[in-house]
Amino acid sequence: MTDRPEGIPESEADRPAREFRRYVTGGVLSLALTLAAFGAVALRLVAGQGALVVLGLLALAQIVVQFRYFLHIDLQKSHRDDLQLILFTALIVGLMVGGTIWILFDQHTRM
Amino acid sequence: MSGADTRHPGLNLGQTDAGGHDAAEEVVFGFWVFLMSDMVLFAILFATYATMSTHGQAGGPAPLDLVDLGSALAETLLLLGSSFTFGMASLALKYREGRTRLVAWLALTFVLGAVFVGWEVHDVHVWITQDDAPPQRSGFLSAHYLLTATHGLHVAAGLLWMAVIAVQIGWFGLIREVKLRLMRLALFWHMLDIVWIGIFTFVFLYGAVR
Repeated sequence: MTDRPEGIPESEADRPAREFRRYVTGGVLSLALTLAAFGAVALRLVAGQGALVVLGLLALAQIVVQFRYFLHIDLQKSHRDDLQLILFTALIVGLMVGGTIWILFDQHTRM
Repeated sequence: MSGADTRHPGLNLGQTDAGGHDAAEEVVFGFWVFLMSDMVLFAILFATYATMSTHGQAGGPAPLDLVDLGSALAETLLLLGSSFTFGMASLALKYREGRTRLVAWLALTFVLGAVFVGWEVHDVHVWITQDDAPPQRSGFLSAHYLLTATHGLHVAAGLLWMAVIAVQIGWFGLIREVKLRLMRLALFWHMLDIVWIGIFTFVFLYGAVR
């Protein structure tokens, strides 16, 4: 990814290479987190409730990696609208998923 | 990355197409709102699955009975690979004048996605015929099929969308409208891989050890 179209200033010349490396970084990190999660289960390193925590953290890390490197979401000012939308969605998801699980598991113990 | 010309999620056209870059801000943000509402849909399906897989087995198959780790890993690598190749297609769209490289990366993405969907269909066939686990057998199985099939249908819809855009690239060339559609499809495709992270983690990996 070294050649570039006409009309791009010289200072921008390394941008294609940088954006290429960004996708490669995201791909490698995602692959590593995926293999770590599958490895932990295949080698029986985790079990029960502890597995939920470990696997959940690995999944969360990979979600953050893919948001960062594939979807280009970061903490820059120009991105705040998108980030706020994600955080608001996360709040709604947390309320609905957490609330559903809380109430239905509580109901189950009362039956 | 210098921040000033980053205006929306996904790869920004920036100075390679300044007019398209301006036009992208609004339509990509609109599509981002749709994607977030789609995330809420999947979150509710995950919550239903969490409840049903614990209390809704009705004496039938448990999550462990449906787990084939090798199959889940293959599907995961196929979808992660296709997310990466779509990234390469986005770079070709932004920096390459010709269409050859873009179409080649899109074709590879399409093949990976199609093999993924085919593998999922095979999984369903195995569950129903060999594991005696049809969706109507228990609340857990209904929730299991609803979650995985909703994701599978999204991927299939993405494949259809990709085919339509490939035809448009041939028909209209890389005009601005086609570029903007490709950028939104890229977001859709990356987002489906993020949903799959949740599925392989909580349905298959946690299903194997709970």
